[in-house]
Amino acid sequence: MTKKPDSMLPETPEVSDSLTTDAFSIDPWVQLKKFTQARIALGRVGSSLPTKEVLDFGLAHAMARDAVHLALDVDALDAGIQSQGFNTLRVHSRAPDRASYLLRPDWGRSLNEDGLNVLEDYKKQQVEIAEPIDFLIVVGDGLSSLAVSRHVQHLLEELRNVLPEEWKLGPVVIASQARVAISDEIGQALGARMVAMLIGERPGLSSPDSLGLYLTYSPKRGGSDADRNCISNVRPEGLHYAAAAKKLMWLAKEASRLKVSGVALKDESDMQEISQQVSLS
Amino acid sequence: MSYRYTAGAHTYQFADLKCVLAKATPARSGDYLAGVAAETYAERMAARMCLATIPLKRFLEELIIPYETDEVTRLIVDTHDKQAFAEISHLTVGDFRDWLLSDIADSATLKRVAPGITPEMAAAVCKLMRNQDLILVAKKCHVITAFRNTIGLPGHISVRLQPNHPTDDPRGIAASMLDGLLYGSGDAVIGINPATDSLPALMDLYYLVDEVINQYNIPTQSCILTHVTNQIQLIEKGAPLDLVFQSIAGTEKANKSFGIDIALLKEAQSAALSLNRGTVGNNVMYFETGQGSVLSANANFGVDQQTCEARAYAIARHLSPLLTNTVVGFIGPEYLYDGKQIIRAGLEDHFCGKLLGVPLGCDVCYTNHAEADQDDMDTLMTLLATAGLTFIMGIPGSDDIMLNYQTTSFHDALYLRKVLGLKAAPEFELWLKKMNIMDEHGQMKAVKSGHSMLQNMPRNLLSAA
Repeated sequence: MTKKPDSMLPETPEVSDSLTTDAFSIDPWVQLKKFTQARIALGRVGSSLPTKEVLDFGLAHAMARDAVHLALDVDALDAGIQSQGFNTLRVHSRAPDRASYLLRPDWGRSLNEDGLNVLEDYKKQQVEIAEPIDFLIVVGDGLSSLAVSRHVQHLLEELRNVLPEEWKLGPVVIASQARVAISDEIGQALGARMVAMLIGERPGLSSPDSLGLYLTYSPKRGGSDADRNCISNVRPEGLHYAAAAKKLMWLAKEASRLKVSGVALKDESDMQEISQQVSLS
Repeated sequence: MSYRYTAGAHTYQFADLKCVLAKATPARSGDYLAGVAAETYAERMAARMCLATIPLKRFLEELIIPYETDEVTRLIVDTHDKQAFAEISHLTVGDFRDWLLSDIADSATLKRVAPGITPEMAAAVCKLMRNQDLILVAKKCHVITAFRNTIGLPGHISVRLQPNHPTDDPRGIAASMLDGLLYGSGDAVIGINPATDSLPALMDLYYLVDEVINQYNIPTQSCILTHVTNQIQLIEKGAPLDLVFQSIAGTEKANKSFGIDIALLKEAQSAALSLNRGTVGNNVMYFETGQGSVLSANANFGVDQQTCEARAYAIARHLSPLLTNTVVGFIGPEYLYDGKQIIRAGLEDHFCGKLLGVPLGCDVCYTNHAEADQDDMDTLMTLLATAGLTFIMGIPGSDDIMLNYQTTSFHDALYLRKVLGLKAAPEFELWLKKMNIMDEHGQMKAVKSGHSMLQNMPRNLLSAA
């Protein structure tokens, strides 16, 4: 019996064999599985799913359910980001815990009082330098802390390579129990020209650790999805760190040039590369 | 105008019509989040009893969102067909339920009356109906549309093949497409949710699906689910676009948060019609909706999420779509908490859509942060297919690896067709038989490795397989 690459059943041949029966009809396009993690060529019993697939799916769902409730290790992340040479700030949304976070997205979109104070204090300390932040990075746990703890530091490393030297970076703000829009409030509080939110996306069965990036120009409380550009599925099996950083930077430079983000800013990064190649040849 | 109702020893007050509607709604997390839900079980029943006494005419007089400030309200009022309404204009909401369930309201009558029904009337009566009522009436409403095949005929259920891939890898997408086609799915549309917003990458996706459809000569249509402004630009750049997609919602402000308005949708529709790519019909729009989207844009104005959802169907109806899809469990537990709430919402949306004359399909789905599982999906898809649902999604093994949620599978579609005796769109079924995927009795055949579709795979797969 061929083992699915993402199969999470224990590798006990006796168990696998006992689940295989003659009723199973195999799909003769199994070789296409190498092109996608999608659950293709599962075979069928009658027109239904074979037992092994039902159990595999059930286990994947159980793991994703568990991932939603795993808390972000903020201490470890903070120490890691600082060791990369970034300054950090820590804030918390108005959702005190996971249960309320899930039922009250509005709480996840705004800062609690301590969080607001942290940003205000920082702003006061910076008054003398008075140079406004060009590009602010916010890291939020979102619905998968796993995505944040696994990918954020790698992405920051790549971003550092592509950020224009003349841009002033703010501190990396780590936000707990956060939704995307909390970055608007944080960006506004720190007076940032642009804010990039790096946040754990809702976990999928095959991807409990997918990171999403959201860019907003001139962030303001009450901004909507139409004001943001999104890059999703950043992880080694999806969009790679370097490619994601490059894409985000292309958007940020365009946003900076056009003074706008969201639906008014089309991602033509690939088009531009093509036209550059054409003009070079 | 305020409303009051005495139930038992208690008289309940409701500030206005939208308050009655909200409090009469079956309990769901989104209405609690909005602060509009009934506070007690008894208050909810009092609101329903009150609602049952309100004349349908009242909904034309007391607009729940002002005409002056909301273009969806203006569309509802300005396109209301008074002649069609005449047949039911004497009814209260409670009478309307009885009328809908009665044998007087047969398929022809319901079709004739549909333009006289506003979304608010549909939402109102829905709140008085049990799940079986929603199924029975929806089944009587036939909404038939066409592009390269005919969708929505009684006794049929179609499938949107959704071959998503997290990085839009053309081979990954093509592999899922082939998987679905060989399982008999794809008659509603082959519709990709792209990971990218990039116009050149989107253009490649249009050519990829077009190539597969042409290669196998499939009587179906394609759609790339990107923002409508992207699609308009891509039409100008010569994309082989069949259907225009857009997410829509029930208030002007919510649509604005999506970056759209009705005029923009009409512009896109005209652009798609100008391509003239349909063969048996010209329904060129594909809409997606879902309870909770309006509140999530902070644009609900005190209106409950089910009524907001029904208002989105007014926009859909105006633009004669081939398909409209309520993505019922995608939005998350803050709007629909668990399997029970998702099942109820799916039945409500399908009923309201069909009653208004919209070709409603349903993305029977849930996310990993909701209290739901495959058993809930089995229940909802079986109920909806019984109610005459226009289409479901088809995803390899129910697992969308791009959007990170679980929806229905190719296997699920086969299950529904088998248990309920439903068929694919007729043109598509003929193709399945011609391609040796289905036998003459409509049973799926075992596909062998020498099958012509595996021998003549699209360029993208052939070069790499």
